[in-house]
Amino acid sequence: MASTIGDSIVITKRNLLRMVRTPQLIIFNSVQPVMFVLLFRYVFGGAINTGGEYVNYLIPGVLVQTAMFGGTGTTIGLHDDLSKGMIDRFRSLPMARSAVLTGRVLADLVRNLFVMLLMIGVGMAVGFRFNNGFFPALAAIAVLMAFSGAFLWFFALMGLSVKDPESAQIASFLPIFPLTFAASTFVPLESMPSWLAAFARNQPITHCVNAVRKLTQGDAIQGVSLSNAVSLTLIWSAGVLVVFSALSIRRYRRVG
Amino acid sequence: MIEVSGITKSYGATKALAGVDLTVERGTVLGLLGPNGAGKTTLVRILATLLKPDSGTARIDGIDVLAEPQRARELIGLAGQYAAVDELLTGRENLEMVGRLYGLPRHEARKRAAEVLERLTLTDAGNRAVRTYSGGMRRRLDLGASLVGRPSVLILDEPTTGLDPRTRSELWDFLHDLVHQGTTVLLTTQYLDEADILADRIVVIDRGSVIAEGAPDELKQRQGGDVVDLKVSDPSVIPTDAEMLSGIAGRPQIDSRSGRILVPVGGERGVDVLTAVARKMTDNNIALDDLAIHRPSLDDVFLALTGHTTATETDTTHDGDAPPGAANRRSRRAQRAGAVS
Repeated sequence: MASTIGDSIVITKRNLLRMVRTPQLIIFNSVQPVMFVLLFRYVFGGAINTGGEYVNYLIPGVLVQTAMFGGTGTTIGLHDDLSKGMIDRFRSLPMARSAVLTGRVLADLVRNLFVMLLMIGVGMAVGFRFNNGFFPALAAIAVLMAFSGAFLWFFALMGLSVKDPESAQIASFLPIFPLTFAASTFVPLESMPSWLAAFARNQPITHCVNAVRKLTQGDAIQGVSLSNAVSLTLIWSAGVLVVFSALSIRRYRRVG
Repeated sequence: MIEVSGITKSYGATKALAGVDLTVERGTVLGLLGPNGAGKTTLVRILATLLKPDSGTARIDGIDVLAEPQRARELIGLAGQYAAVDELLTGRENLEMVGRLYGLPRHEARKRAAEVLERLTLTDAGNRAVRTYSGGMRRRLDLGASLVGRPSVLILDEPTTGLDPRTRSELWDFLHDLVHQGTTVLLTTQYLDEADILADRIVVIDRGSVIAEGAPDELKQRQGGDVVDLKVSDPSVIPTDAEMLSGIAGRPQIDSRSGRILVPVGGERGVDVLTAVARKMTDNNIALDDLAIHRPSLDDVFLALTGHTTATETDTTHDGDAPPGAANRRSRRAQRAGAVS
């Protein structure tokens, strides 16, 4: 156990060092969500009726989207380690079997947090406000981290499973992209056809967006139960974490 | 020491290893020789606990790599053909990371990294990012990473492929020192001169099976021993030469176009045969361009054993010696069933 934690920290540190030395990647990671903020705030936002300030509706959605899209980096990073022989090196060392993956997820979680804080800054520059107090705002970030951390294991599994860098892009993006949009991320569910709304209402991204929205905006958000949204988000996160960390570690052991 | 017995491994219908046995005694070097696709890398990956064989056993210093992979990993150092070091970290950071992953405390890892850098004459470059290193420096660092844990068994997969001659011979000297200090080395190579210089014993594998084994000199001896090699200035006189030379030792082999004649030394002393040949030529006023004793090279041995030279076969149906990524790509599905955890 001690070695599991220690090894994970060593790998986390390695991945963070890599990130600091390739700041352009973080910038690329940030450009896309910034564009979404500007696009929805100024281009589409006027046409979307949410019954309140759209920017306060938008930013929680963008934060969840950022948490999900950041996973592409996890997939590509692990694929890169695999194809360059780093994973062979690690697997030949007497280290904890889970540490390479845990260290990747933890480092990417730090990066996601950084990009999310950046998005909050950008959001505030275009009018977003926390309208529900300091501690609920912190809780919102904690929920985002839990959700993000769980789903990164899905992206880790993709990274160990794909054949080439192009597939890494597609494998990580393809399932997440529609899931992010068929949710309450940018528009109210009521505006969707009923079959789609039924799907969107019950999928994890909607739960997480609702939880973050409610935690940051309080009573301004109608028709969402805070405790329901938060507990469903955490249940989904726990489920995704258990299933995909187990699958990823299994895959790692056999990746030979 | 390394003991391998009855190892088999198939990828689908392709047998990468068809029952390999070999032993490497402590403090000796075994050169594992074979063409691309012979199964060298597959065997290396099994010994390094990266891949599980279909059957057979492998022991490192008595530890069964299949039953106790984690203990085996403490004993081995692996350096590969594709230098697995992190390009964005400095040389020092790479080695410290590996040290930490061997379970060394922080200050120990730092000390060990400095020692290894010093030993591989990388101290000056130690604080530079690896991506600024030359190919040779990178390979030295990769070897360094495999030494951080003071392995008793070193597994080197084509350690000098793609290096310039000077860097190669530096690495050879370094390996020589290591072995002198008691490290056991298994080294795969396509370079016969490398095996000749470094290895105490050579195992030749082809298509997943061991086809010859022995000390380099034994293998060469098996090829028929030394030959006296002479080249006459005027090829037209060749028929009479052959007649003149036939009594000295073995039956001369003649290439009348180039004027080259090979006289197998057979049971005689090479020097005696050489002298006799020279005298005969002088007595008969036959001008020579060249006269020498040759031992058969390992290339000759290899050609005779496998029917092809080392570098020609580019068959990729086995996974044997493809780069790790390519091997993953090709055989991911086939390997799903079995690697050591």
